[in-house]
Amino acid sequence: METTKITGKRIKEYLEKGKRFDGRKPEEFREISVETDVSNKAEGSARVKIGKTEVIVGVKLNVTEPYPDSPDKGNLMVTSELLPLSSGRFEYGPPRFPAIELGRLIDRAIRESKFIQLEKLCIKEGEKVWGVFIDIYSINDEGNLIDAAALGAVIALKTARLPKYDEKNEKIVYGELTDKKVPVSEEIPVVITTHKIGKGIIVDPTIEEEDVSEARITIGGSVEGSLFSIQKGNSKEITAEEMNKILDISEKTRKKVFSSIEKYLK
Amino acid sequence: MAKKEFKRPDGRKPDELRPMQAKVGVVPNADGSALFSFGDTIAIAAVYGPKKMHPQHQQDPEKGTLRCNYSMLSFSVDDRIRPGPNRRSTEISKITEWALEPSLLIKRYPNMVIDVHINIIQANASTRCAGINAAAMALAHAGIPMKNIVSSVSIGKLDKSLVVDLDKDEEDWEEGEGSTDIPITMTPNGEITHIQLDGRITKEQLKEVIELARKSTKKVYEVQKKALKESVKL
Repeated sequence: METTKITGKRIKEYLEKGKRFDGRKPEEFREISVETDVSNKAEGSARVKIGKTEVIVGVKLNVTEPYPDSPDKGNLMVTSELLPLSSGRFEYGPPRFPAIELGRLIDRAIRESKFIQLEKLCIKEGEKVWGVFIDIYSINDEGNLIDAAALGAVIALKTARLPKYDEKNEKIVYGELTDKKVPVSEEIPVVITTHKIGKGIIVDPTIEEEDVSEARITIGGSVEGSLFSIQKGNSKEITAEEMNKILDISEKTRKKVFSSIEKYLK
Repeated sequence: MAKKEFKRPDGRKPDELRPMQAKVGVVPNADGSALFSFGDTIAIAAVYGPKKMHPQHQQDPEKGTLRCNYSMLSFSVDDRIRPGPNRRSTEISKITEWALEPSLLIKRYPNMVIDVHINIIQANASTRCAGINAAAMALAHAGIPMKNIVSSVSIGKLDKSLVVDLDKDEEDWEEGEGSTDIPITMTPNGEITHIQLDGRITKEQLKEVIELARKSTKKVYEVQKKALKESVKL
């Protein structure tokens, strides 16, 4: 933990009065900005900033064998890398837990919401399907990479188009994108992470707030009112009442965040 | 509207758990150990420690460290699992630490580590819940000071109906709204130390799920408590 104890204590004292270091209210999100097509070799890509936090998400497609348990569906794979460039805290080497978890959290929100219509990505049952790779890279970690990564993944998917596939030679012609979009559904999964710190419950944490977080609840859901994925993190318990409050806060936040990125999803 | 009678594949009642088995002391070498099963899902857990943390740079002078390692034996499922850690097991290991730690008085062991090894011998869904239950018992059996013992259960939503303790057939349920899997771990007071969800559910239903989990974890708790009590000769 790199945030000092005394800072942690101060964060809690502030939150008891409903205040945060950067002047935000507990349920206030930082400004979100989005840019698409940030890498022209990717079939779809997006850059998402939440305040100073920044991620880049790219979508690559290939033609591959389906998984044995879903012979008539495309493959989905989400991975994330926390680049040493994005924070003095990250080091090179095999992925550690935070990177693994980030990939899995986004994977589950997208998979469980059935946002990608994987059944439409089957070319020949049992033999050939499209594989969708969503790769997440942190560019600057100032807290809340999870929510940023999920927005990036959804927007990158929304912009992604299938490359040309040469049936005869069984080869993809990368660089020649077709008009065909990656088939996605109308219902958009939005991931909101809530933290309990002392007596306060906040959304969109800064890195200091993440350091002193006692319980973290990540919820993937849609503005239509479905919840697709939940994961509790960190080692303090929460009561059922707190959970209910978190559900309400995250629902409100989901609607706000969705409306601020809606224009990129058209 | 008359609700059609919902039938679970194995004929259980919606709030009925599979038969549970709990036993402590299954690994004599360990400082504490336990077995916990939900039907065909069998988990064993062994605790080693508290002992000095190695490597030294991982020592925490403020509190002890709980280090869990969840792993499925290669032959515990239909398609052999490649031995060694994978992304799923890495995540479950961490989730298990988070689920257990709130109940432990781990502050008493600065610079020390408590190792908890969890192995799934036979799997028929709900393995992480069985693992957490076994681990909680093994920690108690090892005499680690704790405030209480946590209990874990998976709640499922099959189409529109809520059921307790999903098995593999139910996990793969595809009719109607399909299957939603919600593993939850609670203290006997109903505080949530772990919750995950995969599937599709509304906020209102989730509140029902938490209530159902509270009732169901109590049943698990009784089984754990009984096994622990029986292990102590008075």
